[in-house]
Amino acid sequence: MSLRAYLLRRAGGLLLVLLVTSFIVFGLLYLAPGSPLAFILGPRGGTPEQIAAVTAQYHLNDPFFVRYAAWLGDILRGDLGYSIVYRQDVSSLISGRIGTTLALVSMAAVIIAVVGVAAGTFAALRGGWSDQLTSTTAAIGLSTPSFVVGVALISIFAVGLGWFPTFGSGTGGLDTIVHLTLPALALSVASAAYLARITRASVLEESGREHVQTATVRGLAPGYIVRHHVLRNSLIPIVTVLGLTIATLIAGAVVVENVFALDGLGSLLVRAILQRDFAVVQAVILVLVVAFVVVNAIVDFLYTFIDPRIALGSRQ
Amino acid sequence: MTTPSTTSLAVARAARERRSAGFARTTADRLGVVGSIAAGILLVIVLAAVFAPIVAPYDPDYPDLLASLSGPSPAHLLGTDALGRDILSRLIWGARITLAGPGLVILIATVIGVLLALFAAWRRGRADTVITWLLDVLFAVPGIVFGLIAVAIWGPSLVTVVCGLAIAYIPYVARVVRGAALRERNMPYVSAAWLQGQSGTGITFTQILPNVQPIVIAQAVSSLGFAVIELAALSFLGLGVQPPTADLGLMVKSGFDSVLRGHPTEAIAAGALIVVIVWCVTVIGDRLTSNARSMR
Repeated sequence: MSLRAYLLRRAGGLLLVLLVTSFIVFGLLYLAPGSPLAFILGPRGGTPEQIAAVTAQYHLNDPFFVRYAAWLGDILRGDLGYSIVYRQDVSSLISGRIGTTLALVSMAAVIIAVVGVAAGTFAALRGGWSDQLTSTTAAIGLSTPSFVVGVALISIFAVGLGWFPTFGSGTGGLDTIVHLTLPALALSVASAAYLARITRASVLEESGREHVQTATVRGLAPGYIVRHHVLRNSLIPIVTVLGLTIATLIAGAVVVENVFALDGLGSLLVRAILQRDFAVVQAVILVLVVAFVVVNAIVDFLYTFIDPRIALGSRQ
Repeated sequence: MTTPSTTSLAVARAARERRSAGFARTTADRLGVVGSIAAGILLVIVLAAVFAPIVAPYDPDYPDLLASLSGPSPAHLLGTDALGRDILSRLIWGARITLAGPGLVILIATVIGVLLALFAAWRRGRADTVITWLLDVLFAVPGIVFGLIAVAIWGPSLVTVVCGLAIAYIPYVARVVRGAALRERNMPYVSAAWLQGQSGTGITFTQILPNVQPIVIAQAVSSLGFAVIELAALSFLGLGVQPPTADLGLMVKSGFDSVLRGHPTEAIAAGALIVVIVWCVTVIGDRLTSNARSMR
């Protein structure tokens, strides 16, 4: 398959999935008990002006599919609706908070990549007790929910030792990095453990290959063999898993942001759910799902470039 | 001279004998050392949770406000929480919901997932395409988001998050089972049953289902660990189990407030119990998965 045809097909599939998810998110309102109007306004009741505003925003006077098209059009133009609780445009609420979530996810991704690959390689190459210890730690890390890690980190490093702040996301720059260190650690533990496992298996498999034996027999330095023969070849599964992991971090951030009271999208979402601020719920879920789907598609696409042996579009 | 039919009968008998020998193997054999330890620990936790009314030393909801936030003592082995409730008793009662909720999630997801997978594998063609595509769409949304969506619509409660997560876990079960069922479908014994006049539904449930059963169970147990984590996380966020019900996720939450006041026992105990439960389930799941793979 040519690259052009492949890209077109991928983009088409991506658009279709996005269309379906947007339709589901739109349809949520109609799954809810009671009329949409009553559900959005909730126990707050609502003045005639509010009723008019909600009716206009959700195009409630139009037929169902016209409503969906109008809603989708609004979103594509960047109008995500109006928050009843915050009395603000949802798009400005989201743009004010998306930075924290992005910073958190990026920091966690860096930690996962460094710790996961290092620990996995270490375990595979050293073997013996180092391997046992790393594998056991990874198994425990994999079993630990991020919120438990978060609470443990806060009680040790924030309350006990006082090295890090307990809450909030700082005022920018270095302060933000200090504030986000513990949350990023909490977010990365399970994924780092998983990546370490994958790396270990991949490195072990690669170092048993014939080309590595040949290199050893030729008398190349062990460090050189590890870097140029083993690691380079075992990167394919590692990079794939890392990419898919970053996609799941987007959802994981919802929990961690709440533990550390960060002002990101996740804490906005949970608060909006509890306060029945439906426009915000819809918009944030849409943003999360779109980010998740797009990151997954990018990883899928990059995968074929990292490993030239895999034909474009083949399902492996 | 052996006719083809007697040969195939002999093969079938040998296979049946192998299988019953497999069942006769002890649990320890099938789970390995670590797996047996995990199964033992999990059994103790499950028994304690089932017999919570007998095992728990105190009423988990009885608040002894005069003894709030007391440390471990002979009267309260793990101390008391901020409302003076016995932490050990709340752990035992909490393990009930922390196990039953995810168990229900996986049960619902497995039943629906297996039915979809078997139907897709038997009918193939358009039905398979539609079901696979549907599973892909479900797969495109991160699991916990289904829980969040369900709560956004029907409000926070255990039932809501269980329903939401059950939908999220359908593709995990269905994908694996569909692959296995498609492989089984091409086996000679399926054609033999077809030639004998058995119906598609009959073959699916009496021939294919028993043969993919180890994979179904392995996948269900493996998914259970993730479900425990996600359900506890939703309860921690205040979207799942509601206070004053004892639940491990909720206990980490209420213990968290005590941590800030210098009393970490409740959070540590509840968090550690979640980790132990998930670890046991994951170890057993891994083991069952590799067993199911090697049986192929």
